[in-house]
This record gives sequence, C-alpha cells and structure tokens, in this order.
Amino acid sequence: MTLARSTLAGDRLALARLLTLVENQTEQGRQALNELFPHTGYAHLVGVTGAPGTGKSTLVNQLARYYRNPPDGEMALQVAIVAVDPSSPFTGGAILGDRVRMRDLAGDAGVFIRSMAARGSLGGLAHTTASLVQVFDAAGFEIIFIETVGAGQAEVDVARLAHTTLVVQAPGLGDDIQAIKAGILEIADILVVNKADRPGVENTERALSGMLQLAQPVAPVFRHHGPSEGLSERAPAQVEVDAWIPPIQRTVATEGDGVPDLAKEIARHRQYLRESGELERRERARLQAELEALLQDSLVSRWRKSVSNSKYQEILEKLIERQISPYQGVLALLDGEQTL
Amino acid sequence: MTERIIRVLIAKPGLDGHDRGAKVVARTLRDAGMEVIYTGLRQTPEMIAEAALQEDVDAVGMSILSGAHMALVPRVMELLKANRQERVKVFVGGIIPNEDIPRLLEMGVVGVYGPGTLTDAIVTDLRQAVLGAAVP
Repeated sequence: MTLARSTLAGDRLALARLLTLVENQTEQGRQALNELFPHTGYAHLVGVTGAPGTGKSTLVNQLARYYRNPPDGEMALQVAIVAVDPSSPFTGGAILGDRVRMRDLAGDAGVFIRSMAARGSLGGLAHTTASLVQVFDAAGFEIIFIETVGAGQAEVDVARLAHTTLVVQAPGLGDDIQAIKAGILEIADILVVNKADRPGVENTERALSGMLQLAQPVAPVFRHHGPSEGLSERAPAQVEVDAWIPPIQRTVATEGDGVPDLAKEIARHRQYLRESGELERRERARLQAELEALLQDSLVSRWRKSVSNSKYQEILEKLIERQISPYQGVLALLDGEQTL
Repeated sequence: MTERIIRVLIAKPGLDGHDRGAKVVARTLRDAGMEVIYTGLRQTPEMIAEAALQEDVDAVGMSILSGAHMALVPRVMELLKANRQERVKVFVGGIIPNEDIPRLLEMGVVGVYGPGTLTDAIVTDLRQAVLGAAVP
C-alpha cells in the first residue's frame, strides 16, 4: 500500500512520514500529492497570524479544544494544526516551540499537530505549507489551523492559503500606526484582540475599529509576486453582496474567554464565503497562485539545467566588474541560450 | 530533494522543573542546522511518543534530573516501538548515575550526556546515529 493510500485509510504514521516527504520536496512526496489532490477541498482552513507574543499558539490550542468538545448539538471535528516557526538564516536550524502551548491537546487522536520550519521563506509560511495542508485535507481533517511565523507585517501568504484569516493583536504592542500599515487589515477576516484582560484593550480595539471604518471594503486579489503576471487577467465576476466587515473579537486565550464567540464568528464567515460566492473566487485565486508559483519554480530550474555553469559564471564576472548591469546580464543569459 | 534536515524532539519528562540543560541542547542542535521541536516541561512518556509520531522526528532527546530515568526511558522506547517508530534514536541528558549508563545504552539509547558534556559531542553522535542508519 502506498503512503498516500495508507494516509487516506487513517494511518497516522503514514501521514507523518508523508508530511516529511512533502516538506522535503521529494519525488515520492510529489507523487503522493498527485494521488491525494482529488481528495482535497473539504476542510475549512483557518489562518492565524499576528506579531510574536500576541498569543497565537495559545489561541489555536483553545480553538482546537473547542472544536473537539463543541457545545451540545454540534459534531466534534477532526483538527489539524500546522505551526510555522522561523529558521535560522545562518545555519538553517530551527527551534519549533509551538507545541509548548498546545499540551492540552495531547492524548486526543482527533488532533494532529505538525511543526514546520520556514526554511528560508519570508512570507510567514514555508514554501511547502500549502502542500502539507493539502495532505491533511485529503486525510480527512475537517478544520485545519495554519499558524504563521508571526513576523507581523508581510504575512499575506496565509491569507492566500486560508479561507478565514484571524489577525491576532494584543494590547500594548505598538501604537495605532501599526494598524494602518498595509497588510494587516487587508488580510484579516476576523480581528482578534487577545489578552483582553490587560490594560489598554480599549485603545487597541478603538484603533482597529477606527481603521476599519476608514477602510473601503475591497475584494482582495492576492498576487503571487507583486503585479499579476498577465495570465488570465480577466477580473472574476464581482458578486455584489453585503461586503464582509471584519468583526473584532476579544479573547483571553489562556482562560478560554471569548473562544466560543470567536468560533461563532469563524462559522459566520464560513457561511458568508459560501453564500456570497467568495469561496469559489478565493479557491480559484489560490489555485491559480499556486500554479503560477510552481510554474515559476519549474521554469527557473528547467532553465538552469539548460544553461552551462561556465556561461553563467562568465556573465556573473562581467556583472561584478560592472561591465554589464544585472538586467543586461539576464538578457545575455536568456538570449544567449536556446529559447525556452 | 533538498538537503536532509535532521528533526529532533527535545522533551522533559517527569516532574522536575529545571529545563536549562534541555534548552542549551536545543540551541546547540539548532546551531548545527537541525530542526528542534521543543515540547517543554512535565511531559508524560505518552505525550513524548505522540509528539515524536506527529512530528516524524529522527531522534528524541530527554532531559531527566529526577532520578526516574530507568522508568521513563524504557517506557518511551516501548511506546515508540508500539507506534512502529523503532528507527527513532533516543538520547538522554541530565543527572544519570554512572552505573545506569551501560544499562541505558544496552536498551538502545544512543548516548547519555551528563553535565560537562561538550555540546559538539552530542551533535557528532546524533548526526552519525541518524545519518549512518539507512533512511527509508
């Protein structure tokens, strides 16, 4: 039985092994992803981002507990958590510490936590996070939390990947100009003010709601690398429904306060995504972004195989001696070889 | 395939609350380019084995100062085996009496590192134990 089939059958060791193969970008992992892809598209993906120390891991721990032990009348969900922490840019090593805050979930076979190092990626997720999420989705996990590195201001990747993005803030971290900076509010589907038992919670909340009132509701189109690369420039048909206004939810994650209300907001957002057609639009944008990213990676690596190393070094030397500009170097490399 | 990155779980089983050694080792392994999953204090053997499974680690390091190593270490190894994770290497740090070291090694522990151990030795041993073994 292949790892993919064992994973589909619920074998947790096979799942764990497969996650490693996918994370290491092995051929075996890629083949498994091909096999699993038809089984994806069922899970609700919840991104959790915010600055370090705002309580993301503790909040994910509480949310997972909630979905495992929901109030009467609701079904317990299978929960997966992908927690990303930074890699050292010097050694490539990493300390992945998110499990420390998730010890309440130990011993529950309905929860699977996987820590990931960012491995050089700067967008708050690792390059293969989306693929790991696909594996969990295919394995039947119904709600998947994706916790970012928490650099705080450039975490658009998670919004592209998740259906519902929580941006976690806490009182006393930065003034209200932080709330204006691009990225934070645009990516939030729900704003969480955690540590709401701390002084200053009103100020944080006021700054956020002030910014929300100023913001024009826009339908975000996530681009892979800045401007769209021109494939299918056609704007998706805009369905005019009541725009989603991100709610602000107070929580005290260490105590679990506000967590049931936060879960309600997540459910409400999920319903909004379905009813407005936004879900379909996001799925489309997400898969297109993934296709473009893979296409770029593949084109670059295929091209690198076609160009001789000596030619590359020759151009590099000219560049270092400032005989040519980087742009001219690119042209020389691309035109000097057979066209792609 | 990208370069093989060694993944290690560092855990503190039992009830003693002193985790400086565990943190020093975690940092050392990180600086050696490994990915270290740090689980914090007061882990039961069941929690350690479960985390080792979910994280698909190559090795588990346990820091034990309570004297309970002869109970905790075999229990963790038993659970790893029950999870079909026999390939996971186990190493131990903390306060381990000399007479217990051979017994731990006999059980299959790859190294016992008490106070005064050079951190480089842990890195070298671990690399050899993990990369020297056949990788499925």
